[in-house]
Amino acid sequence: MSLALRPTPRTAALVGNPNAGKSALFNALTGARQKIANYPGVTVERKAGRLVLPSGEVVELTDLPGSYSLHPTSPDEEVTRSVVMGEFPGEPAPEVLVVVLDASNLEQHLVFALEIIALGRPTLVALNMLDLAERDGLVLDPSALSQALGVPVIPTVAVRRRGLPELAGAIEAAERQAMADGAVHRQAHLDGAERRMEARAIAQASILSETARHRLHSRMDDLLLHPWLGPLVLFALLFVVFQAVFSGAAPFANALQAGVDFLSAAVRARMVPGLWRDLLTDGVLAGVGAVVVFLPQIIILFFFILSLEASGYMARAAFLMDRMMARVGLSGRSFIPLLSSFACAVPGIMATRSITDAKDRLTTILIAPLMTCSARLPVYAVIIAAFIPHRAVGTGPIGGLIGLQGLVLFCLYVAGIIGAMAAAVVLRGTLTKGAASGFIMEMPKYQLPRARDLAIGLSQRAWIFLRRAGTIIFQVAVILWLLLNFPRAEPGRDQIDASFAGHIANGVAVVLKPIGFNRDIALSLIPAMAAREVSVSSLATTYAVAGANEAQTSHALGDQLKRHWTLPMALAFLAWFVFAPQCMSTIAVTRRETNGWKWPAFMLLYMFVLAYVAAGATFWLARGLGL
Amino acid sequence: MSDAPISPAPASPANALTLDYLPIGQSACVVAVDWARLDADEGRRLRALGIDVGAVVSVAHRGVFGGSDPLAVSVGRMTVALRRAHARVMRVELAR
Repeated sequence: MSLALRPTPRTAALVGNPNAGKSALFNALTGARQKIANYPGVTVERKAGRLVLPSGEVVELTDLPGSYSLHPTSPDEEVTRSVVMGEFPGEPAPEVLVVVLDASNLEQHLVFALEIIALGRPTLVALNMLDLAERDGLVLDPSALSQALGVPVIPTVAVRRRGLPELAGAIEAAERQAMADGAVHRQAHLDGAERRMEARAIAQASILSETARHRLHSRMDDLLLHPWLGPLVLFALLFVVFQAVFSGAAPFANALQAGVDFLSAAVRARMVPGLWRDLLTDGVLAGVGAVVVFLPQIIILFFFILSLEASGYMARAAFLMDRMMARVGLSGRSFIPLLSSFACAVPGIMATRSITDAKDRLTTILIAPLMTCSARLPVYAVIIAAFIPHRAVGTGPIGGLIGLQGLVLFCLYVAGIIGAMAAAVVLRGTLTKGAASGFIMEMPKYQLPRARDLAIGLSQRAWIFLRRAGTIIFQVAVILWLLLNFPRAEPGRDQIDASFAGHIANGVAVVLKPIGFNRDIALSLIPAMAAREVSVSSLATTYAVAGANEAQTSHALGDQLKRHWTLPMALAFLAWFVFAPQCMSTIAVTRRETNGWKWPAFMLLYMFVLAYVAAGATFWLARGLGL
Repeated sequence: MSDAPISPAPASPANALTLDYLPIGQSACVVAVDWARLDADEGRRLRALGIDVGAVVSVAHRGVFGGSDPLAVSVGRMTVALRRAHARVMRVELAR
């Protein structure tokens, strides 16, 4: 067979238990240039990159989802199994399998390694995270391990880039070597329990010495999983995250805003006045600029989420939250997708794939968009900055540290969480009724997050956000500008009233009037169906147009809002966006994850009803209180 | 080791200590698991994490805010979170 005789492989895949350090090894081997997509037909992430072999040839390296065995208990494991077995449609079986092992947890990780090796395919083992094993007082003998397994074993420390050239060389040689060996492998037909005994024996034979050292992570767990202190630490941590998101991003956001203003002024100075110039400044720059300035906040939020994940704390958070989640019929496992939804519901909903129970998963998908995503931040930030005074809550050393603006933001997050929990209880009692599911989860070792892995993760997220700003938000900003400027008003008449958008908004405004929304708000909600943050850029566009050729244009959007809105209106607007399902991407991903339009349609309906009720209640309560 | 008093489930015979009643920090060997009382996938997942007959386990942490759910169980060099409902079907014997 000519294919088998090819000297160097074209494809290789990393397989291994979750928490084996696979992703860090993948990043170290392939660098920042990775292709991230979904496996067709399912929503499991496919990560692929280019690995240059010592010979200069290039292999496509994929990072398969972490698995405990080839008997899948989740969609992720199902993908790994079928790709490894060559059964995944359109995805050829990887020519070389690289089993990644956590050196400090051989006994467990070898079970899956034995299962993979028993397939008799070109396989090698990356004995990863040797430094952590040494930290735990373990001294290992890779050659003994290699002998016992019958495949090459390459010690690696992905984060220090140790063993990477050796690993690349071994991948290159793997196919030839396997043929030379004749691929004779023993223990091909062990059952699960026998394989575990074998793994234990091999692990023990490979350990040269083992000093019982006080392990750092068990002492950290004593604090972080403490029945009373643990939740306090978690809560404090989340509070710090949200304060940091709000205040830490300000200087960067201001710098970006200054850049947008500078560009806008430059265009004004260089172009002849007219519709084209207005389209560029009031349409494109005002619209896209108003969204792009929130990049710093999104990066800060993702920085925390990725760090918590990489450090191993995320699983502790799931542990701490399990009891609370169980009360609303979910498990701690739902906590991670829901926490991810604070950044964006789309990856959050995609992360529900790790939830094994179908009804648990559906419930989590349906409530995920109630978590305050980063797209709401632009909306919240503008309204809060304009209407909530920038001062401390109370006095004294502690009161002085809590800003009122941050507190309001925190309350909006809490409102979303409470809404989601209430929705979960109702759903679990009605539409997704069924037996409560369990919670079984490995708690990974604590690790210091690596700057390089964080940087790769952050740049991927930032790129996704900017691409959204550059495409969908750009288009919506232009379309809205067109809707606002055509047909042209007769001289002396208001342009917005004459425009297409004005007519549409008039209709919507009738429905929204009882909850205190004026026509400008109705107008901003129309394009915000694409994405929530568009409402900010469309408000910016609306008021820029309304104040055209006036000194008003120089006012920041916040000043414009203060001029046109009352405080109850602003608060109702905030309440609306806590619940409103205004994001096309979320609806699209829900359709894909639930395989049909039934659940996304239900999601739209129940969230709009919630938003309408919440905004109305907020408006009339605030009015009643005389705000 | 100190002779910490063990409090088995009131209704159980004295020698039938289940994992959910194992005192924190006490090592024990899993001697029997009633897999039929667990969901098949959950059973498979527990076994994949090394929680099976013959495993030496200890409870590292239990509960939040004074509750007794979930449990963090040490098995080998791993810590696995599971619920009381899972621990209840596992009979353990104290390691000597």
